Amino acid sequence: MGLQQLWFITLAVLFIGFFVLEGFDFGVGMLMEFFGRTGQGDPEKHRRAVLNTIGPVWDGNEVWIITAGAAMFAAFPGMYATLFSGLYLPLLVILFAMIVRVCAIEWRGKIDDPQWRRWADIAIAVGSWLPAVLWGVAFASIVRGLPVDADHQIDLSFGDVLNPYSLLGGIATAGLFAFHGAVFITLKTTGAVHGDARRFAIRLALPVTAVVAIFGIWTQAAYGNDVTWIALGIAVVAQLGAVMLVLTRHGDGWAFLSTASVVVAVVALLFGCLYPNLIPSTLDPAWSLTIHNASSSPYTLKVMTWTAALCTPIVIGYQSWSYWIFRQRISAEQIPPSIGLTRKGARR
Amino acid sequence: MTALDVSRWQFGITTVYHFILVPLTIGLAPLLALMQTIWVATGNTAWYRLTKFFGKLFLINFALGVATGIVQEFQFGMNWSEYSRFVGDVFGAPLAMEGLVAFFFESTFIGLWIFGWTRLPRVVHLACIWMVAIGVNASAFFIISANSFMQHPVGAQYNPQTGRAELTSIWELLTNNTGIAAFAHTIGGAILTAATFVAAIAAWWMVHTTEDDDARTLYRPATIMGCLIALVAAASLMFTGDVQGKLMFVQQPMKMASAESLCHTETDPNFSVLTVGTHNNCDSVTRVIEVPYVLPFLAEGKFDGVRLDGVQDLQKQYEATYGPGDYRPNLFVTYWSFRMMIGLLAFPGLFALTALWLTRGGRIPKTRRLSRFALVTLPMPFLANSAGWVFTEMGRQPWVVAHNPTGDPDIHLTIGQGVSHHGAAMVWTSLITLTLLYAALAVVWFWLMRRYTIEGPQHHDSEPAAPTPPSDDEIAPLSFAY
Repeated sequence: MGLQQLWFITLAVLFIGFFVLEGFDFGVGMLMEFFGRTGQGDPEKHRRAVLNTIGPVWDGNEVWIITAGAAMFAAFPGMYATLFSGLYLPLLVILFAMIVRVCAIEWRGKIDDPQWRRWADIAIAVGSWLPAVLWGVAFASIVRGLPVDADHQIDLSFGDVLNPYSLLGGIATAGLFAFHGAVFITLKTTGAVHGDARRFAIRLALPVTAVVAIFGIWTQAAYGNDVTWIALGIAVVAQLGAVMLVLTRHGDGWAFLSTASVVVAVVALLFGCLYPNLIPSTLDPAWSLTIHNASSSPYTLKVMTWTAALCTPIVIGYQSWSYWIFRQRISAEQIPPSIGLTRKGARR
Repeated sequence: MTALDVSRWQFGITTVYHFILVPLTIGLAPLLALMQTIWVATGNTAWYRLTKFFGKLFLINFALGVATGIVQEFQFGMNWSEYSRFVGDVFGAPLAMEGLVAFFFESTFIGLWIFGWTRLPRVVHLACIWMVAIGVNASAFFIISANSFMQHPVGAQYNPQTGRAELTSIWELLTNNTGIAAFAHTIGGAILTAATFVAAIAAWWMVHTTEDDDARTLYRPATIMGCLIALVAAASLMFTGDVQGKLMFVQQPMKMASAESLCHTETDPNFSVLTVGTHNNCDSVTRVIEVPYVLPFLAEGKFDGVRLDGVQDLQKQYEATYGPGDYRPNLFVTYWSFRMMIGLLAFPGLFALTALWLTRGGRIPKTRRLSRFALVTLPMPFLANSAGWVFTEMGRQPWVVAHNPTGDPDIHLTIGQGVSHHGAAMVWTSLITLTLLYAALAVVWFWLMRRYTIEGPQHHDSEPAAPTPPSDDEIAPLSFAY
């Protein structure tokens, strides 16, 4: 296996890491509002319990996209340049959403005021729904192919991203992340919140399975190859397993492992369909960006391989440790009173 | 405006904005670690309270720094895709290393620090904030290594087949003398910013608090600590700035000539303190105040016998080498941002000396003049940082990758060659969206920072809770939650 193949896999692994971890962060953000509307207990404590399931870890999870982007820049600068300038407006919306979300999560508890929290909750919801849909649209559009010209420039038209297949991709990732998030919350909570999360997961199970299956089969049929059948198979089995585990209450941990496997398999399916292309051209297959014509020089790939080989195990090590430290389930009852300041200070 | 102009404005606005927040993060993380270390080592709860108080301000600031950092990475590809294509083989590596080595590190340990106060043993929790401090500084190293390639490309070779610069030595790239000097200088600036921040806020509180105990045990020590560190940082800035200046006279003579509005080549020119004129036209420059000997010393470390190239002569040289074009940076911006960067240093320096004098021998000053001085001083290092980056980036124009006089002659790129092939309207959409969003967030950021500063150290943070290791069946309230 050459370095270009290795970096194709590494890039896929980084995106898999991002979608598995940030996937449930998105899911938590997407569903948070609904936990405040189930009619039991103090809705604010329920929302906060949900938000705190990702509290200590979401920032580290988000770094996976920064690293994936930078790894693309380093290993496949041609792809980075073409893709980021080509998918300009979708990426701008994703940026907008991610900025708003980071600030809303961090600042929500800083002021103890219902109106303030209202705004933060809206920002968290928007900041989670938008990227959950748009990443799917973006990836589906790439797999479908973009109008890459002979100079590796993309002149994007609406149809390239707003077409049935890409939109289905968006719905599939949004559904998948919501389901993944709901299962994650069942794993991380006890009491009423846990029950609510399970109910949401059950309600999502059927539609999500359907939409992911249709998207997966469409992807395989239109863009797949012999190897990607494996990824599709794993995705389907894992999704069915997750649904069974959620319905029969056989261990929240196993259910989470299953939804995580679905995310892994779906991203692997998409990357598998691309290989050896990075961005297939809809204008002329000869103009496609491939791992050969868009990659860095062998020396740069070698340097990056060493860096990744040395650093990735350490990263996974301390991120796992952080998950271990915060392994405890939380409940709405454990949420302490807000320590945020009031909107207006006392007159001194 | 063309797409190029709009892209430049976007890069300028988003980068200056990002670098208002980042120096405080880089500088305050080690200061927090120091405060927490003093608490853990001595058991003095005053330092615990200070850690908590400044820790809250740190986190409010950290969030916006992280959020605006994502834009930085994305916009190289979005707006500067031709640049990305040209340098990606070289420039991508330090960015990816930043992610793998530094950014993962700081983001994971910041989560552990925020939520781990009672979850982790004290020493382990203390180690977490040190990890954050190391992480943010390592981040800065890789980013500045990347930037220094644009200032002084080393460790790379032009490949005519691929039409791009390609990395030949990662070691040379990461030990670029421009990068080492800029890193030291930037960290000095960040420490100065944070130390001034701590000193100014603590001094303000020392004057305004009605609790004499707090003034004595909390604010006076914090003021002194901030002032001492600020003075050390200021001294390091002069030293590292001087090293950087001497490098720049060799590596980018045009930048330094325009910093001096030195239009014509002269031997032993005077250092200009004030000039008037439109500055973008060399003929209209009138030098009002000048100091001899300074400039030769800045350039080569001696007081005479130094010949410095002027803007006009360099322009002719570059035209001969690179073809027709305007190779002069915006003289007004470079001249004044250079002076602003240096001049604003006077504020934290004077403030630190004043506050140290007033607090000598256990004194607790209660004069409002000091607290007003503190408020005036507080923003100055932030402005100086911005001015410094505006100078170093604008001084490099029209190059996005400057040519290295002793390096591969084929590695250089102008901004016009580096920009993406977008229509102006598309980039406008992005510029307007981001600027409006940033403006709204700046208002919230400032309001939160101010609100938390004026509230002062909070009651619930007055006593540290005992650390309790996690047990799987415990239903105790969380010590911290969003």
